[in-house]
Amino acid sequence: MNINRRIFFKTAGVIGVSLAVGSTLGAASPESGEIEFRGILYDSSRCVGCQECEKACAAAHELPEPQDEVKAGVLRKTSETQRCVVNNYNTSKGEVFIRKQCMHCNEPACAAACLTQAMYKTKEGPVIWREEKCMGCRYCMVSCPFDVPKFEYHSANPKIQKCDMCYERILKGDKPTCVNACPGEALVSGTRRELIAEARKRIAETPKAYTDQIYGESTAGGTGYLYLSPVPFNELGFNPKIQNSSYPELSKGFLYSVPSVFVLLPTLLLGIHEATKNNQSKNEEND
Amino acid sequence: MTSPSYSIVKDNDGRSIWSFFRSELRPKGKWLTPFNIVSIPIMLLGLGIIIIRFANGIGSVTNLTQETPWGLWIGFDVVTGVAFAGGAYVLTFMVYILKMNKYHSIVRITVLNGCLAYVFYAGALLLDLGRPWNVINPIIGNSFGTSSVLFLVAWHFMLYMMAELIEFSPAIAEWLGARRAHKILSGITIAAVIFGITLSTLHQSGLGALYLMAKDKIHPLWYSEFIPILFLVSSIFAGLSMVIFEGTISRKVFSHQISKKNHHAEKGILHGLSKICAGAMFAYFFLQLLVFIHGKHWDLLNTPMGYWYLFEMIGFVLLPMMLFYYSYRTNNITLIRVAAILTMLGIILNRLNVSVIGFNWDTPVHYIPSWMEIVVTLAVIFTEIWVFRWVINRMPVLRESPSWARNEN
Ligand code: SF4
Ligand code: SF4
Repeated sequence: MNINRRIFFKTAGVIGVSLAVGSTLGAASPESGEIEFRGILYDSSRCVGCQECEKACAAAHELPEPQDEVKAGVLRKTSETQRCVVNNYNTSKGEVFIRKQCMHCNEPACAAACLTQAMYKTKEGPVIWREEKCMGCRYCMVSCPFDVPKFEYHSANPKIQKCDMCYERILKGDKPTCVNACPGEALVSGTRRELIAEARKRIAETPKAYTDQIYGESTAGGTGYLYLSPVPFNELGFNPKIQNSSYPELSKGFLYSVPSVFVLLPTLLLGIHEATKNNQSKNEEND
Repeated sequence: MTSPSYSIVKDNDGRSIWSFFRSELRPKGKWLTPFNIVSIPIMLLGLGIIIIRFANGIGSVTNLTQETPWGLWIGFDVVTGVAFAGGAYVLTFMVYILKMNKYHSIVRITVLNGCLAYVFYAGALLLDLGRPWNVINPIIGNSFGTSSVLFLVAWHFMLYMMAELIEFSPAIAEWLGARRAHKILSGITIAAVIFGITLSTLHQSGLGALYLMAKDKIHPLWYSEFIPILFLVSSIFAGLSMVIFEGTISRKVFSHQISKKNHHAEKGILHGLSKICAGAMFAYFFLQLLVFIHGKHWDLLNTPMGYWYLFEMIGFVLLPMMLFYYSYRTNNITLIRVAAILTMLGIILNRLNVSVIGFNWDTPVHYIPSWMEIVVTLAVIFTEIWVFRWVINRMPVLRESPSWARNEN
């Protein structure tokens, strides 16, 4: 089977790339050199769990103000009314706050899944949802490895709710509203490159304060949202199954093979059809 | 169409097309059959639920959650239903491409069955869309999500429905007595068949490919990079088992329409189909085995999900495969039917295991469909059977074609 597969994908690749469908796959292509994706760096060691970012986010996106408070050991989840949440985990280094929201992946599974391009990786970096395009199929929810998109099940005109990194504000050159709201500077915004440099610097300057990993640097093929934390990330409710390579990559092999099947299979079928034409009468006698 | 005296219906001696349609729309035969008594209330109830669903949102009638965005309507109606509709592409391949003429008498009914399955199951997809008014977006081209497997599947559904309609259209032309149209439509059948087989290959596997990105969410015993191939291979015997099953029922219900010759041919057909099913299932079982060994999940076998996996593989793949083979060797028609039903249950199990049961299997509260989701599913199936019956009672599907159509080629 391995050999078959290799041949299959090889032929598929050769023909696939040269055809239109292959080239438009670039919709989910990795960060290009020219325009730099923007992102947010969240330093959990600076977070005090004040929920100011949650409140600012709710106000900015016409969602109800969060009523539940952050308590150690109580898991709060993002939902169709809450795009970001802060939780408090009991860890090996005591209580640690951690914030969860859309990761704004470099190669987002949600956008690769979306058949209307409603989920869309903007060239500025934020992954946004566009109401006028979405048909509510929820394939983005099926595909997102972080379970981020939330659906308004109880509305006749349902929306997908997820963090959009305040795309409108970014277009105007402003910072996302959560970054502005954060009193402890746990959140900083910038280009992804700047943020990774900054995160490295912090780890280098106070190695005791941090676990030696920038979460999001390579997770799921790299994300726009980056995390620093005093403890390993598996203590903070991050799904350990999430892979380091990109998710759209998983279905690329299949998609690349489509054009070649479309060319080769009909040809083959037509060939058999022609070849069997004359056998028709013989076949009738046979079984 | 403007003049009521205009008639394309030559066989109806000057009756206008309108009175022809009016008489054809009226039900034929008895009204109070057991099937009608069961199906009508369920269809009405289903309609009511659909109205609530559009007024108050999907959450008002389904148990879907943020963790389980796709439930019964996708996992069963679409993913499983389309596998069962696979009989059409397999049979058209056998009859039109390989010229296995033995199966010619069941091509029409299979294509009709497949065509209606697509119409209704893709229709069920619309019920599940939160924002169905935007469904044209991926079609008219203002927002092509070409990197999406779902985009591919949606397009293929649409095109395939058309291909099947063309394959079936000679029957419609015979019903209407439209001779010229019949000639043209019969002439493009082979093109539609080739196009249809290609589309089927891609979207049967595409339905599996939908789940490729959900790598961390599907139970590892059911997730592998080979889901597309497994879905494609299993659609072969899923479709043929459906053909056997549906043939068994049609033979009883519509027996007066089937000619003596075809009645006799039935045994040979079932015999042949059981051989093909056994072969395809062997290939499938072997693939599953390779995938399992490749995945190195031995440790998972000794867990509840592992037992469930073995239950599916042994009880609903291995067992019906052996039954098919055994009944082929012994020419036991009843056993073939039993094997077909077991196989179909196995396909339901497999598709639900991938799409619903094994999807986020480890979340604390697992999705179980609401009774309303089940009623709507049944209503969709019943409506399909109603249309199916309506067509069979009017068009030459099981019946022989009119003599003029047979003499044509
Ligand atoms: S975290 Fe999920 S929703 Fe956010 S960009 Fe990545 S795939 Fe999309
Ligand atoms: S629900 Fe909307 S945004 Fe999500 S994949 Fe479907 S069309 Fe795209």
